[in-house]
Amino acid sequence: MSGSLTTPAPRAAQPPVQRVVEVVGRRPVNAYVELSLAAPEIAERAVPGQFVAFAIGGPASALLLRRSIAISGTRDGVVTVVVAPHGPGSTWLAGLQVGERVDVVGPLGRPFPMPEPGVPALLVGGGYGAAALVGLAARLRDGGSAVAAVTGAASADRLCSVDELSALAEPVAVTTDDGSAGRPGRVTVAVEELIADAGVVYACGPMAMLRAVADAATAVGVPSYVAVEESMACGIGVCMTCVLPVVGEDGRTRFARSCTEGPVFGGDRVRFADVGTLPADVVGADAMGVVQS
Amino acid sequence: MTALETAVDMRTALGAAPIPSPVLTASGCSAFGRELEPFVDLTAIGAVVTKSVQLRPRSGRPTPRMAETPSGMLNSIGLQGPGIDGLLADELPWLAERGIRSFVSIAGTRVEDFAELAERLRGVPGVLGLEVNISCPNVESRGEVFACDPGAASDVVSAVRAAADPAHPVYAKLSPDVTDIVSVARAVAAAGADGLSMINTLLGLVIDPDTMRPVLGGVTGGLSGPAIRPVALRCVWQVHAALPDVPILGMGGIRTGLDALQFVLAGASAVSVGTAVFNDPSAPARIHAELAAALAERGFASLADAVGHAHRPNA
Repeated sequence: MSGSLTTPAPRAAQPPVQRVVEVVGRRPVNAYVELSLAAPEIAERAVPGQFVAFAIGGPASALLLRRSIAISGTRDGVVTVVVAPHGPGSTWLAGLQVGERVDVVGPLGRPFPMPEPGVPALLVGGGYGAAALVGLAARLRDGGSAVAAVTGAASADRLCSVDELSALAEPVAVTTDDGSAGRPGRVTVAVEELIADAGVVYACGPMAMLRAVADAATAVGVPSYVAVEESMACGIGVCMTCVLPVVGEDGRTRFARSCTEGPVFGGDRVRFADVGTLPADVVGADAMGVVQS
Repeated sequence: MTALETAVDMRTALGAAPIPSPVLTASGCSAFGRELEPFVDLTAIGAVVTKSVQLRPRSGRPTPRMAETPSGMLNSIGLQGPGIDGLLADELPWLAERGIRSFVSIAGTRVEDFAELAERLRGVPGVLGLEVNISCPNVESRGEVFACDPGAASDVVSAVRAAADPAHPVYAKLSPDVTDIVSVARAVAAAGADGLSMINTLLGLVIDPDTMRPVLGGVTGGLSGPAIRPVALRCVWQVHAALPDVPILGMGGIRTGLDALQFVLAGASAVSVGTAVFNDPSAPARIHAELAAALAERGFASLADAVGHAHRPNA
């Protein structure tokens, strides 16, 4: 698409594996639980931006759908994830104890594309989405990029990975909606100030935040890559439930799977305003009975 | 265990087309097979049943497209797919190059659509046969689903049988949302169906108690998963009892080898594994091994010996 700031993120180089792995660490972090899994084959394949998909509750569980969670770290054969307990599946995951085993598929999805060496980067994490940016911050630093970060949440107890990002990024701005930590307000108040120094922006968090960050980046001509959190039934690309309207390189919009064509998309390619609708210009919409205007 | 597994002859057929394993994927639950390659040897399973294809590319419906339900899920995808041109250009060659058998699900909203799709698939390398998804609205009958009317269902099947490659078995996929599934089965068999795929999803609804509105963008959706297994098994049982010579590809909530065994005992000569793949992408291979072991433990020398066994009086 002419005028586009981003090219679609390429596929990961390595295919995923499915393994039953042992929980080797469990650490409550504010409102979340960080799980560490002994999963060397996933750890050695994973690249920042990718995720894993967990089966819930064992082979006879009544909860059939996988839960997809961003990888927050890989070290010495151990994969870490940050679980936010809200429904029955994530609550089960968050309750896993050291020594218990869980069926996991990964690494899945497309990694964050890397900029040219030395390009300064701004990372923006919302809630537990900040965890997905820790590995990226380290990789960017290794590539010679200056890294700044913004982490935001509704309240102090919903912040995540502030310490980890503070060790890798400078400055690190913290915002909370209720002012219980850092600056009061949304991440955008800090993003507006820091974006002038950025050559590329990366974001992970709730859809409304991704939209605001992508819009802010696009408005000043800076490429942005966002890792979306759509609910997925499988995580591997077969169920077709996690689609978003995304503009391709040919300028046409398709319903793209967040799992295999994402979760990382060019921020200027996701049609955030149209999520949850069927725009008439999506490829194949004409066959659905939508009137082309 | 290995000795037991290899002792049972697991070969079966879809119509006249032989397959080495009775376990297939299910339409709409494994896309076009590629995504399962890291998890399953797709050449070893019976076939990849591809996601229903129509003549034109389809975007599918807006999200949300799914809701988790007890031991199952509700989906409203809207047959998102590349259309027959994309299937023929990209997906079927990928499968054929790897020696993976494909059983191609076709769908349409007019009888002529189905016939044209069958015609386009004649002689295509790797294609074993056709599954006719008649759980689609018939535009010429005010949107009534073909599968719910024995006459309309028969019209589709006879048109497909006439247009299709003579070497391709034609299986009609039946909906459980009918008063008498046996009468639909009888009608499509008389119209030339070489076999029956049973069952498609059941129509369901979930309302979000917070928004107080239906969860799915498409309002209603298809219920699948182990929750529907007893319904599916009942359908297979009734149809096999009435039409014992018509082959059945059984499906509906199969998650383990013992689930698959129930379908075989009820009369299915092959099974499709659908929603279980979302939970366990290696399920088709696992279920084949578990079914082979279960048959061996029960003293069956072959899968064929077990087909319909539950209908036979105790010796």
